Amino acid sequence: MDTIKEMLSLSLILASFRFATPLILAALGGIFSERSGVINIALEGMMLFGAFAAAYGSSINGNPWTGVLFAIIAGLMFGAIHALVCVVFKADQIVVGTGINIFATGLTIFLLQVLFNVKGTSPMVARLPFMRIFDVRFSVLTYVALILVPIVWYFFFKTSWGLRIRSIGEHPAAADTLGVKVNRWRFISVLMSGVLAGLAGAHLSIGDGSAFVREMSAGRGFIALAAMIFGKWHPVGAFGAAMLFGYAEAVAVRVDFPFIPSELISAIPYILTIVILAGFFGKSTPPAADGEPYTKGEN
Amino acid sequence: MSREENYILEMNNITKLFPGVKANDNVNFSVKKGEIHALVGENGAGKTTLMKVLYGLYDKDNGEIFYNGEKVNLKGPQDAIDLGIGMVHQHFMLVDPLTVTENIVLGNEPRSGIILNQKKAKDKVKEISEKYGLYVDPEAEIRDISVGMQQRAEIIKTLYRGAELLIFDEPTAVLTPQEIDELFEIFKSLKEQGKTIVFITHKLQEVKAISDRITVLRNGKSVDTVDTEDVTEEDVAELMVGRQVLLEVEKTKANPGKKIFEVNNLKVSDNRDIPAVRGVSLTVRKGEILGIAGVEGNGQTELVEALTGIRKIESGKVKVRDKDITKFDAREIKRESVAHIPEDRQKRGLIMDFNLQENVILGYHDLEPFSRNGIMKYNNIADYTQKLIDEFDIRGGGMEAKAKNLSGGNQQKLIVAREFSQDPEFLIASQPTRGVDVGSIEFIHKQIIERRDNGAGVLLLSADLSEVLSLSDRIAVIFEGEIVDVLDASETDERELGKLMTGSTIDAGGEDSGK
Amino acid sequence: MLEVKIVENRWDHIKSMMTNFGISLLSIVVALIFGIFFILLTDQSPVTAYQALYHGAFGSFSNILNTLWRSTPLILTGLAFALPFRAGLINIGAEGQLLMGGFAAGVAGYVFTSLPGFIHLPLAILIGMLAGALWGGLPGLLKAKFGSNEVITTIMLNHIAIALTINYGINKLRTSSRMATPEIEPSAALLRFKEIPKHPIWGKLPFADIFTNPGIRLHMNFVLAIIAAIILWYILFKTTLGYEMRAVGFNSDGAEYGGIKPGKSMFITMFLGGAVAGLAGAGEALGTHLSFMSGMDAGYGFTGIAVALIGQTHPIGVIFGGLLFGALNQGGLEMQFAGVPSEIVNIIQALVIFFVASLQILKMYLRKRKEKEGVE
Repeated sequence: MDTIKEMLSLSLILASFRFATPLILAALGGIFSERSGVINIALEGMMLFGAFAAAYGSSINGNPWTGVLFAIIAGLMFGAIHALVCVVFKADQIVVGTGINIFATGLTIFLLQVLFNVKGTSPMVARLPFMRIFDVRFSVLTYVALILVPIVWYFFFKTSWGLRIRSIGEHPAAADTLGVKVNRWRFISVLMSGVLAGLAGAHLSIGDGSAFVREMSAGRGFIALAAMIFGKWHPVGAFGAAMLFGYAEAVAVRVDFPFIPSELISAIPYILTIVILAGFFGKSTPPAADGEPYTKGEN
Repeated sequence: MSREENYILEMNNITKLFPGVKANDNVNFSVKKGEIHALVGENGAGKTTLMKVLYGLYDKDNGEIFYNGEKVNLKGPQDAIDLGIGMVHQHFMLVDPLTVTENIVLGNEPRSGIILNQKKAKDKVKEISEKYGLYVDPEAEIRDISVGMQQRAEIIKTLYRGAELLIFDEPTAVLTPQEIDELFEIFKSLKEQGKTIVFITHKLQEVKAISDRITVLRNGKSVDTVDTEDVTEEDVAELMVGRQVLLEVEKTKANPGKKIFEVNNLKVSDNRDIPAVRGVSLTVRKGEILGIAGVEGNGQTELVEALTGIRKIESGKVKVRDKDITKFDAREIKRESVAHIPEDRQKRGLIMDFNLQENVILGYHDLEPFSRNGIMKYNNIADYTQKLIDEFDIRGGGMEAKAKNLSGGNQQKLIVAREFSQDPEFLIASQPTRGVDVGSIEFIHKQIIERRDNGAGVLLLSADLSEVLSLSDRIAVIFEGEIVDVLDASETDERELGKLMTGSTIDAGGEDSGK
Repeated sequence: MLEVKIVENRWDHIKSMMTNFGISLLSIVVALIFGIFFILLTDQSPVTAYQALYHGAFGSFSNILNTLWRSTPLILTGLAFALPFRAGLINIGAEGQLLMGGFAAGVAGYVFTSLPGFIHLPLAILIGMLAGALWGGLPGLLKAKFGSNEVITTIMLNHIAIALTINYGINKLRTSSRMATPEIEPSAALLRFKEIPKHPIWGKLPFADIFTNPGIRLHMNFVLAIIAAIILWYILFKTTLGYEMRAVGFNSDGAEYGGIKPGKSMFITMFLGGAVAGLAGAGEALGTHLSFMSGMDAGYGFTGIAVALIGQTHPIGVIFGGLLFGALNQGGLEMQFAGVPSEIVNIIQALVIFFVASLQILKMYLRKRKEKEGVE
């Protein structure tokens, strides 16, 4: 009984926002990329590198906003790699994404050594301002994430740019015949996904904490992908799904289940993702041209 | 090089190369302002390529293009659009989940900054729609509207951008005879408004019905340009192929035997769980060809997938030789001596990245002599493949060549070779000559008739009415998932079939019964 | 339509293999060159660093054997990615499958105390392979039945495996302060090459003494890995099962038309892939650490992906890819002593992935050029 009360407590629900923040940001990033037709499984690596960049930026001058700037740049860099290899060189998008993830893991640990002279955890750095609501820390980035949801929705469904991006993800040839520059928009969309994933990482290191820990993304980039799929590639749907996963993580961290060992509780978000992907909550269809590189005139 | 004032378009010495293919070889093509000009040729002659070069989708390798007397350099569709050239493609360039209006204004949206002005867009669409008599529902999503409306949306798309020269690529491929009449009325209306029309087709009756002049392409080269009233269909056919062509298939009367295939009240759903086949019953006997005539999208695809074990059957029965195969899967059905030429050869009929050998055994790969006890016997497979290449004259590079490197006609011959060589007792042939050159068409038709004469039963599905009429002994018409009527082939014609294909069983105006 | 015969025959086949080989080689070279930039960040000389790398991998007999030792799990995780890839599936779960296999084998290794060696060892290996196979078969089944994206499900299972085996399993079962399961019985241990000179049977071989160096860590799982590669090669290219897998990988609609059940192929390849990854884990548990130890996976699962790509997802190519990356890992250790963090090796591996993936486009470009020349 107590467990159930705990699970419905206000502080837990508020904590869900905190845990959901990186998922919301990364999922929105994923939506940009996939709606334009480019699969991006490198959100994880972009998030990790963004987290590191944020910590490093903050350490340079003690200003966490420098960290945010660095995280955005980091996201752009990795986004550019993904865009270049996938959109321009038309390589296999999943393979490239995996490469970026491996790259991020190695690079961040390497840079920890080279820039901070440490093995696993960076020194403490200045963190972003936050508000305390009912014993839960709400960082600035959480607000950013929440505001972005309606903004992204408006972008995709009420602006001409959003219309163009949606069309090239569904039927790039049709857009091409109307003069829409398919590959250019895809490149931009992938860059955007990098920026958002980088911001997600910034939340992990300097929004929610004050340091970078190796491999701190811990699979969140993939959970964000699952949120995107579960949310049917719609900003509001992805938001809802991210909140669900955030809640699961909050429960795993804060609630004591008498009959389940705590080590296994930490696996709940991952188990939940599989359950959702097994279609227990309905089928999800991606944008029709998702994952297929576009070459002019090849139709 | 004349640059007369009344020529809106001149394409001179256009050459376009692709890997392994000279699609356009020094082609000359000129269009007069305000005329309806037919561009004809058999499949693979280079018509679509030429128009894609004009529209900026392809870069030409050589030649010059003049529009309204001025030399132009088209680097992309936007250049063509800016000039006033609009193109309605064979496979519609429409984005399914978006609305008619969104599709029409995409890339050229009325907006303030980046914010869409959705009302203005809708008004513009309505304006054009009314001016040219092109009825569409602006708010409907593309995936929910009819093929006819989709085509009208495509036309509005070009007019929205101020097109003066409209190019139509095989516009009638997906229409019934009545819808084709409606389209030609639209052509006339556009012509009256001063537009120029080029339409690509390989259907000769259409050319005679509506065009002012005809240009014929053959093997990538331009053969001749003639005034329509000066030529007959046979003349044009001869120009297209280079020799005299039999427009009719030669066949003797059928001698049907026992029932070999039976379908009882079959119900099948499509990918969206909507009923596509709504209670179809058919019988085919040995030694006869039953043709199914119908506009694409009336359940034929789902019907064939169900009969060949690829799609679930909701209710009803299917029998081969009185054996109930309703619950059989694809492999088991094949083993009952049922062969299948699928309508989409690239998606279903072949593994494009496999070579000829591995494709020739697809579906039979676990049988002797191709394999034994799960181990492949590639020596036997190689011998068999060579035999088929020789017998069916499959060209494209030998048995190690990958299927994707063959031409459409040779790919189809490969599939035919594979299925026919298994000596099936029952054959389902779905769009067997779509996108295939005339020589291969003749060959495939002959093969099908031969099978029938050897005692096989054949179920033929085709959107090409003349093919259905010339090959079939009996014809069933399918409309919205139901069989509307079954007729003797010798006692009907295209007009009547066309009416049945749209669901009417009597004439609208109560006029003659179409015989 | 004027057509040019693209005559494909044995010679073209060899040329295409050489192009693949060339792409892999080029990728490695370019990656190593890019690596120079990162080495410079550490204020070390790239020359010294790469010398250390080379020496660590090939500088002595025992180093070479240790390179083979390090290649072993990589060959297997490479196969774990390559086989499903041929059937159109992306298996990122080798990491988790390896852990499950290692854990199961490690437990089987100490739980049975009175089994003779010729039963205990094979049993432990099989249990490990089965655990990995199930961990791979599950996402395969989910993909086949529900269309679940296997990239995400396999990654999720990786994390779940970590929670199960390391966080929970080791904690529950450990008997010392070591983050590991109890040490296995000698009857379950894989033969280690450094024990050959003292072995009752193998020690009698004339050349047995060359293995006397106690620094040699190579064990028999290397042989098993090579055998596994050969078996998978055979299955993929010589059996009807492999034919069906490849058909599904290229075009599952066409395969379905041909009477093949795509779901079956998907499940079997994931099952087999998981089994080989499980074998990698079993090998580490029974041959390297003699227990299931935290950290024994060392990123082998993800590196296996790079190995598979370098080997053009061909089982025999994977052997070479595994050897290469094993050499990099082995040499990386010595680079660490020379002052360059061994994570450089991870960076180089990632770069290899980028370049191999990008260079595929080169293949297509070369082919188009060849065909265009043919026309004129």
